[in-house]
Amino acid sequence: MNFNLKIWRQAEGSAAGKFVDYQAKEIPAEASFLEMLDIVNEGLIARNEEPVAFDSDCREGICGTCSLVINGVPHGPGKAKTTCQLYMRRFRDGDTIWVEPFRVLAFPIIKDLIVNRSALDQIVEAGGYISVRAGSAPEANGIAVSKRDADLSMEAAACIGCGACAAACPNSSAMLFTAAKISHLGLLPQGQVERSRRAVSMVRKMDELGFGNCSNQYECEAVCPAEISAGFIARLNRDYAGSAVKEAVLAE
Amino acid sequence: MATICDSKIPAGPLEKKWSKHQAESKLVSPANKRKFEILVVGSGLAGASAAATLGELGYHVKCFCYQDSPRRAHSIAAQGGINAAKNYQNDGDSVFRLFYDTIKGGDFRSREANVYRLAEISNLIIDQCAAQGVPFAREYSGLLANRSFGGAQVSRTFYARGQTGQQLLLGAYQALERQISLNAVKMFPRTEMLDLVLVDNHAKGIVVRDLVTGEISSHAGDAVILATGGYGNVFYLSTNARGCNVTATYRAFKRGALFANPCFTQIHPTCIPVSGSYQSKLTLMSESLRNDGRVWVPKRKGDNRPPREIPDSERDYYLERKYPSFGNLAPRDIASRSAKEVCDEGRGVGPGGLGVYLDFAESIGRLGEKTIRERYGNLFEMYHNITGEDAYQRPMRIYPAVHYTMGGLWVDYNLMSNIPGLHVLGEANFSDHGANRLGASALMQGLADGYFVIPYTLGNYLANQSGKKASVERPEFKAVEEQARQRVTKLLSIRGKRTVTSFHRELGLLVWENCGMARSAEGLQAALGEIPQLREEFWHNANVLGEGNDLNQSLEHAGRVADFLEFAELMCLDALDRNESCGGHFRVEHATEDGEALRNDDDYCHVSAWEYNGSGKQPTRHIEPLIFDNVKLAQRSYK
Ligand SMILES: Cc1cc2nc3c(=O)[nH]c(=O)nc-3n(C[C@H](O)[C@H](O)[C@H](O)COP(=O)(O)OP(=O)(O)OC[C@H]3O[C@@H](n4cnc5c(N)ncnc54)[C@H](O)[C@@H]3O)c2cc1C
Ligand code: FES
Repeated sequence: MNFNLKIWRQAEGSAAGKFVDYQAKEIPAEASFLEMLDIVNEGLIARNEEPVAFDSDCREGICGTCSLVINGVPHGPGKAKTTCQLYMRRFRDGDTIWVEPFRVLAFPIIKDLIVNRSALDQIVEAGGYISVRAGSAPEANGIAVSKRDADLSMEAAACIGCGACAAACPNSSAMLFTAAKISHLGLLPQGQVERSRRAVSMVRKMDELGFGNCSNQYECEAVCPAEISAGFIARLNRDYAGSAVKEAVLAE
Repeated sequence: MATICDSKIPAGPLEKKWSKHQAESKLVSPANKRKFEILVVGSGLAGASAAATLGELGYHVKCFCYQDSPRRAHSIAAQGGINAAKNYQNDGDSVFRLFYDTIKGGDFRSREANVYRLAEISNLIIDQCAAQGVPFAREYSGLLANRSFGGAQVSRTFYARGQTGQQLLLGAYQALERQISLNAVKMFPRTEMLDLVLVDNHAKGIVVRDLVTGEISSHAGDAVILATGGYGNVFYLSTNARGCNVTATYRAFKRGALFANPCFTQIHPTCIPVSGSYQSKLTLMSESLRNDGRVWVPKRKGDNRPPREIPDSERDYYLERKYPSFGNLAPRDIASRSAKEVCDEGRGVGPGGLGVYLDFAESIGRLGEKTIRERYGNLFEMYHNITGEDAYQRPMRIYPAVHYTMGGLWVDYNLMSNIPGLHVLGEANFSDHGANRLGASALMQGLADGYFVIPYTLGNYLANQSGKKASVERPEFKAVEEQARQRVTKLLSIRGKRTVTSFHRELGLLVWENCGMARSAEGLQAALGEIPQLREEFWHNANVLGEGNDLNQSLEHAGRVADFLEFAELMCLDALDRNESCGGHFRVEHATEDGEALRNDDDYCHVSAWEYNGSGKQPTRHIEPLIFDNVKLAQRSYK
């Protein structure tokens, strides 16, 4: 298959970027999108042109490293897939494909298609954990967790932290990411003690980092490779509203 | 020569060794912990759990990883589960049984004391992870669920859907982030370790490259912990993440650390077959599929009828035929080798004849498609997405692929290498899996090392190291930094005609052919002749574009491939030297009459630990004898 690519090139964060045209020729239909870019890069190197920089690691949809906007959609066409799980047979021979980085204020561009998503780590750092030291845990079966809660918690915990939700959101909000972590931990008995504090700290941090507000557009849910439900956002709002009251009371 | 490999295994009965050692290990007072700085390289299960736990204990920790976030370490990709000897199923499991299965699974090439400790600690790991909020699968009672995995005859595997590695890593990552918020740990993502720095023969620092700015700098510490994962990518195609590399451990080897059993690599039987030369990695299909899938190939060579048109009587369910008691659940090394055998006979299926069928028709008939969909729906979807084929309608095609490396830096019972101060955890060390790793035991080992072993054993080294931290201004640091810079300059100045990837691919194929599932003296000798030539060509003809002071992925890859090009030789040398078959190391010269691995316990019941002697010189092989007091060496039989 052959494709016309329009790829965002930007030498570094502070430089101006632009779309550059490339031809992808004789691409096997079984190749993944990233393998297609590998082939293009091999061709560029052969012509002594600097290859296109893009992030990837596991190439099987779990590490959350790959992060491209393809034809305007984070992770490209198709549901519940990361960029690395997108295969060229999905496109038509001769298609023009636009490739650009995630565009979120809180994710500054580093080079070409690579962005800095450390803001997501900072949200977790603000409280996305259960404070249990190694060695202090009780016997695992000492605390029963209903299967329903455990399964729902797992659904939230499946978030791969790629940031596509923020990239798809018209407000660049990281609400789905944050809600997933708050729900993962808040649904388990082990996570109750710190539940209020967690919600308040994480949401505050998210605002502070320059992510936008959630206005219920649900673009996040549509692109999420881990199919995290936007329903978790309601749960976050409940935890947050509840705890804002609690904190206010505590501060008196 | 034995002294260099002093395993420091505590005396006393097997069940008492670890508790005795804990009681006798040296403590570091809280006030002194604050004064120690520990460098942890790696943020996978082993590195993240170690960094977080050492932070909790009061040490100052710096943690490094090459990804943009510690949460993306390759451990994230583990699917199947983690073992523990909880015996929640009341099916006869025990610490001893987990220990025994692991020793036997490793074909009697690991240390009894380490493996027993691992089995003991396994239960604490489950407690710890459940408390952290790892959403393990549960039964309707609310208690933890288990499954049988990787051919074990008890159900001792804990899991979180098909994403166990992800959930365990997120637990460790969250503990790590908590320590970061408390300023106990400082995290350095997108930072690659390029070399180890020794001061007075102790490991006292590392030289790293900032992958964004290209800056090369040093970090000094009181001890260095490597938790940098395995070297499976020496084969180019593997189930590992693209960035997995041997650089950190190989550089340590070049500074004097012994590399143990490099030829012990694991080839996983159930991966999606290779479909073309453009391919960048191979995808594992969870081994749990073998619980309900039947493996077969046509009886007749070159039979290329569609699978459903081949009647049962003309199919060879070769695992069931050869191993009636384990059948499709035969251990990984055996299942992989058998697949290779039938393909070598010309009975393989799919493109190039490099595949075998994994067929669910029988279990769909017995249990209904709904049940199979519930059990494996996501895996069938993944298979469909990659191959475009529907495994409910036609059997999956699978083929073995490189998956895990049992070999690694040599460590003693304290997980310290022969270089004082250099500790090695997780897949990066050689310690617990012998010549073959059982399913669901790597996650167990990584977390055991990080949460529960190193926090106790590190004190034994640090106790007399007060005030010995070196400044990065010392000449030792400057010299290593300078070498790292020169190497970057050299790589960027080759400007040859071939891409780095093409070298990596060629090397991968070479070791896959000669040091893969079946190895012969002849093949290994040929590889040992070709690798230096390829390396030579690399340094004259690779084309690495761009600059050093910038984000440069070609340069990163080039550095890793350059190390693989040296390391591959060590791996083949070890494979040639080990004149026996054991576990994943199958030497065609050493097989029983019916083609099974034939160990040679008289001459090879030992760890081979290799010492670097300088460029172009043959490394020296040291031996650590393996002594079995509690189990009887037996021929592994799964018939
Ligand atoms: C697809 C797949 C499925 C698996 N499933 C299972 C399973 O079900 N059960 C099981 O028990 N095991 C499984 N395994 C094996 C298991 O996942 C690994 O052995 C284990 O996770 C390794 O953990 P680790 O912490 O040692 O290393 P890794 O998780 O590989 O982490 C290595 C760390 O080191 C860092 N690093 C590496 N090199 C450098 C460098 N030069 N400089 C700086 N940082 C560096 C990386 O950034 C990373 O943070 C699976 C493996 C694969 C590939
Ligand atoms: S590279 Fe890991 S999710 Fe795409």
